[in-house]
Amino acid sequence: MKIIDPLPMYTMWLREMIRFFRMKARLVSSFMMPLLFLAFLGIPLSLLPSGSMPGIPESMNFLDYLAPGILGMTLLFSSMMAGASVLWDKEFGFLKEVLVAPVNRLSIMLGRSLGGMTTSIIQGFMIIGISVFMGVNVSSVSGLLLSIVFMVLICATFIGFGVILATQLGDMEGFMSIISMIQMPIFFASPAFLPMEMMPHWIKSIICLNPFTYGIDGLRGSLVGYSTFPLIHDFVILLVISVVLMILGSYCFEKMEID
Amino acid sequence: MEDIIEVDGLTKKFGDLVAVDHISFMVKKGEIFGFLGPNGAGKSTCIKMLTTLLRPTSGSAKICGYDVVKERDHVRSYIGVVFQDRSSDRFLTGRQNLDFHARMYSMSKEERKEKISEVMDLLELNGKENIRLNNVSEGIRRRFEVARGFMADPKVVFLDEPTIGFDIKARMDLWNQIRRAKEKEGTTVMLTTHYIEEADYLCDRVVIIDQAKIVAIDTPDKLKEAVGTNLISLQIDCEPKVRKLENRRFSNANRNNGDFMETIKKLDWVKRAEEYSNSILLNVESGDGRVPELIDFADENGFIISSIDEHKPSLEDVFLHFTGRAIRDVEGGVKGMKKKGEIK
Repeated sequence: MKIIDPLPMYTMWLREMIRFFRMKARLVSSFMMPLLFLAFLGIPLSLLPSGSMPGIPESMNFLDYLAPGILGMTLLFSSMMAGASVLWDKEFGFLKEVLVAPVNRLSIMLGRSLGGMTTSIIQGFMIIGISVFMGVNVSSVSGLLLSIVFMVLICATFIGFGVILATQLGDMEGFMSIISMIQMPIFFASPAFLPMEMMPHWIKSIICLNPFTYGIDGLRGSLVGYSTFPLIHDFVILLVISVVLMILGSYCFEKMEID
Repeated sequence: MEDIIEVDGLTKKFGDLVAVDHISFMVKKGEIFGFLGPNGAGKSTCIKMLTTLLRPTSGSAKICGYDVVKERDHVRSYIGVVFQDRSSDRFLTGRQNLDFHARMYSMSKEERKEKISEVMDLLELNGKENIRLNNVSEGIRRRFEVARGFMADPKVVFLDEPTIGFDIKARMDLWNQIRRAKEKEGTTVMLTTHYIEEADYLCDRVVIIDQAKIVAIDTPDKLKEAVGTNLISLQIDCEPKVRKLENRRFSNANRNNGDFMETIKKLDWVKRAEEYSNSILLNVESGDGRVPELIDFADENGFIISSIDEHKPSLEDVFLHFTGRAIRDVEGGVKGMKKKGEIK
């Protein structure tokens, strides 16, 4: 058998697409939180005099700083859920149908991940649209294209992580009960909200260990032209982590049994 | 005929629980092979091992000559599976589910179109294909799943409790549809069921499985022959409320089943008597007027028969005979005690 079966992989992707556009309620609700953050946190704080926050250059207002962080948050949450969708399928029995098909599991995993990535990035672009509407200045078109690279990497990282978590926990209840305990620290221990220059020293070191930090930094660098680390530095770190997590995720999925 | 499924000493343990205990059997090409047993007997676990979803603890199984553990990719390409619980995407329509399945088996666009309309004809699903599955009845959804099982030209189709929760009309329809699909597609079918009628009506050969072990394996007719040709089941009224009659003949009533088992030995046309939780099953030589004769005999010996029924053996009796329990009892969680009294 081939390592990758293209048609089944495409089919898994297609299914994610059909389902995504079917669940309109989920789509609408996924914009709620980003919108609230931008409106009630971003806009008021952007009224502070420029240069009053360490780590944000004087030429930049806070809304510009925050928007890539909120974009990253949306990707983080939707990717983790995409990774966990394997559990929904298990719950509804559909996973068995997939697992008895003569298709290797790597293709299934990749197709599913590509589907999750596509839907996350579509949501991401909608967030960018909303941000621009609210007055965020996107630096350039090339920057916008570069941001896609970082979106893909963030998605791959956290879909992989979601799948590992999902296969280890085995059921939806278990997953849902610990997901916020994991998501929120990942989100807050990053420069998504506030620059790490404002954090105490010990938090800074945690932030530097968080892969999400490099995703946010990369998004910010490409979208609004300001980053803490060089972009290539962000890219390489995130690339390595995402590849490792995807491989681990595939391995866990491969070993999964249905009882 | 060649053996398309070969199972040898298959065992699955979940911790201390032995779900499937050293079972071995062969299924011939073109057969409808049934696994009959109560819920929890190990049928589904067995199917999951044969369909590569679970790894056996020990033993081996081959499908079309391929090992279900070592060559599971080969096995997967030869089988179609209809699971016990729902396994379709309820947010997609019936056709989308079938199409999805065909794509997973890398079928071309023309093949998919042709095959989908073929299986929809076989399962009589035309007109239902564009409704999302969360809006159709359970029976229709099930038929889509059965259709899907036959779609990718499988050599063996596994059906795990195909008609669970169906009314009798829907059940009969699905049986006929399964038969037709099997004939048309030339597949072998292996199904599990806890419905006696289903095994009897549909299966060429039946395995009776109870408490993780195979207790009997044969054609339904042969299994019934093993139990006997004519059966009379009866119940003795052990605490007769009619004692007020103070009838002379009932003076020594209030006897129990055990006494009756002893007494019945006097009748030479009773070939075998078996006692179950609250009834007695007699295997009798054929002849007219056995029931009246039996009632008279009971009367003379001071027993009160509260119910009596003469019938041809069914697979229900077979199950009772081999396991000592009625399949209904097992499902209700009541374990009937078995005491056998062989006569002659």
